[in-house]
Amino acid sequence: MWDFISKYGLIALLVAFPLTYAIIDVAGGEGLSRIGNNLVAGLSNGAIWALIALGYTLVYGIIELINFAHGEVFMIGSFTAFALYSVLGLTLVTGPLGLVLGLLVVLVLSMLVSGSLNVMIERVAYRPLRGAPKLAPLITAVGVSFILQNVGILWFGSSQKGIPDLIRAQQELFNIGGVEVSRADVLAVVVTIPLVYLLTAFVNRSRLGKAMRATAQDPEAARLMGINVDTTISVTFLLGGLLAGAAGLIYALYQTNVWYFQGFTAGLIAFTAAVMGGIGNLRGAVLGGLIIGIIQQISDNRIGNEWTPAVVFAYLVLIMVFRPQGLIGEETREAG
Amino acid sequence: MAMLEVSDIHTFYGNIEALKGVSLEVEEGEIVTLIGSNGAGKSTTLRSISGLSPPREGSIRFEGNEIGETPPQAIVQLGISQSPEGRKCFQRMTVRENLELGAYLRRDTSQIRDDLARVYDLFPRLEERERQKAGTMSGGEQQMLAIGRALMAQPRLLLLDEPSMGIAPVLVERIYETIEEINRQGTTILLVEQNANFALGVSKRGYVLETGRVALSDDSSALRDNPDVQKAYLGG
Ligand SMILES: Nc1ncnc2c1ncn2[C@@H]1O[C@H](COP(=O)(O)OP(=O)(O)OP(=O)(O)O)[C@@H](O)[C@H]1O
Ligand SMILES: [Mg+2]
Repeated sequence: MWDFISKYGLIALLVAFPLTYAIIDVAGGEGLSRIGNNLVAGLSNGAIWALIALGYTLVYGIIELINFAHGEVFMIGSFTAFALYSVLGLTLVTGPLGLVLGLLVVLVLSMLVSGSLNVMIERVAYRPLRGAPKLAPLITAVGVSFILQNVGILWFGSSQKGIPDLIRAQQELFNIGGVEVSRADVLAVVVTIPLVYLLTAFVNRSRLGKAMRATAQDPEAARLMGINVDTTISVTFLLGGLLAGAAGLIYALYQTNVWYFQGFTAGLIAFTAAVMGGIGNLRGAVLGGLIIGIIQQISDNRIGNEWTPAVVFAYLVLIMVFRPQGLIGEETREAG
Repeated sequence: MAMLEVSDIHTFYGNIEALKGVSLEVEEGEIVTLIGSNGAGKSTTLRSISGLSPPREGSIRFEGNEIGETPPQAIVQLGISQSPEGRKCFQRMTVRENLELGAYLRRDTSQIRDDLARVYDLFPRLEERERQKAGTMSGGEQQMLAIGRALMAQPRLLLLDEPSMGIAPVLVERIYETIEEINRQGTTILLVEQNANFALGVSKRGYVLETGRVALSDDSSALRDNPDVQKAYLGG
């Protein structure tokens, strides 16, 4: 009975938010295009949170550590992307072919930078503390996060920096019954879906992916199988960092500004998404990211963006009360 | 030269000295038993050999190579695998996935398939439960899985930590028959047991550990006849 309530009650709760506004719109003679626009913008924003949330959940899943520096790894991804614009000579007048190729290069390089940065962070700040009380690496994580914010300030200053809108992000690409789909929306989806697909395929099917899952379930047993646990943990940080780097580029193209503090806010939202979905669970992180994206968009547009954080966290609290393990998390990490 | 030569190892957990100079040998082809009461250091001895808790002093030689400081994954590669205390099956993975992880370091796909068939032959129950999650299996089934998984590494030396723990007497007998069969097929075995009846029945020699030291070592039959051993470990 409680199971039934907690499952369907939650679904009802999640659907009620957009549904209410859809009904209000229709009743007011506005049609469905406004809520449609909210959903599209919500999904594309949510895709960025999903990419970052995957990094939290991957790392938590394998070593039960909240990598507080992960938001900053994402921020460095954005900074790298912007820095590469000028290195590669990408400007507002670059032709379409040059732009696509150039951005692909930027994508790969910012992913690599964020990925290697994350690997280095683990090596320097977490690995020496393995076996120490859980609080120790948590504090070094916070420390690394401050250090990286300062690196950000040294790099591009302490105020928000507007950057060229290379892809004319808000320009409408197509329109379905009054629902506008912008270039940025398409970009977010086109980058996110293949990456999430590749990640899940890697984790579920590759040899190293198997090693990751085994290490997550029982590191000691994994070592008895001949799995190199240190390497496996490094690979996990690499994957999380690669996704954060991709999110960094999408964010830079989407928001057309970068800021040393962007990782703090984005990290907090993405971490919330990971917890909402069930920390340690890959599908949960994606789901949580998309749901938060949609809630934010509707709240920004209908209630006012000063209320958005309160709305998002009210949802988090409700979900946690109904399902402490998150939307599709496991009851405990060992069972199920 | 014995296959495994453990000489005077001291192994620590933090400041606690769990092994205070343990020496033992296992000859190729043997089954050797290690008995002792709770906390004597049996599991720690196996953990030291597998590289999970490397000894701070002393030496461990396997087929002539020093492995006292070798990391666990390299030790598996050299041909030692372990079915650990508490089984440690991967709970959220299927029986099949657990067995495949046992062969993690191997690349010889067709040989792996043969070994899988051999494990299923030894433990038909595992084949029936191939797609079941390890965490939902009974204790005895998980024990079979842990042994089968260790065999999938194609070990020359198999370490078994309390294979009879928490298992009904009928099944213990079956597991011990299988252990003998594994040995007949060519795998050397070092066996840890608290309840020593079966273990001393199948093994050639045995060691008695007491608080981190070897208190006694002899042929298994002699140990079974030893009144002190009977009193302490054979329930008589
Ligand atoms: N992780 C650990 N940290 C600290 N001390 C430990 C740890 N593991 C074992 N010990 C200690 O080392 C000693 C030997 O333990 P070990 O597990 O080897 O005993 P055992 O002979 O296998 O006992 P049992 O029959 O109960 O399994 C014990 O005193 C135990 O308390
Ligand atoms: Mg033990």
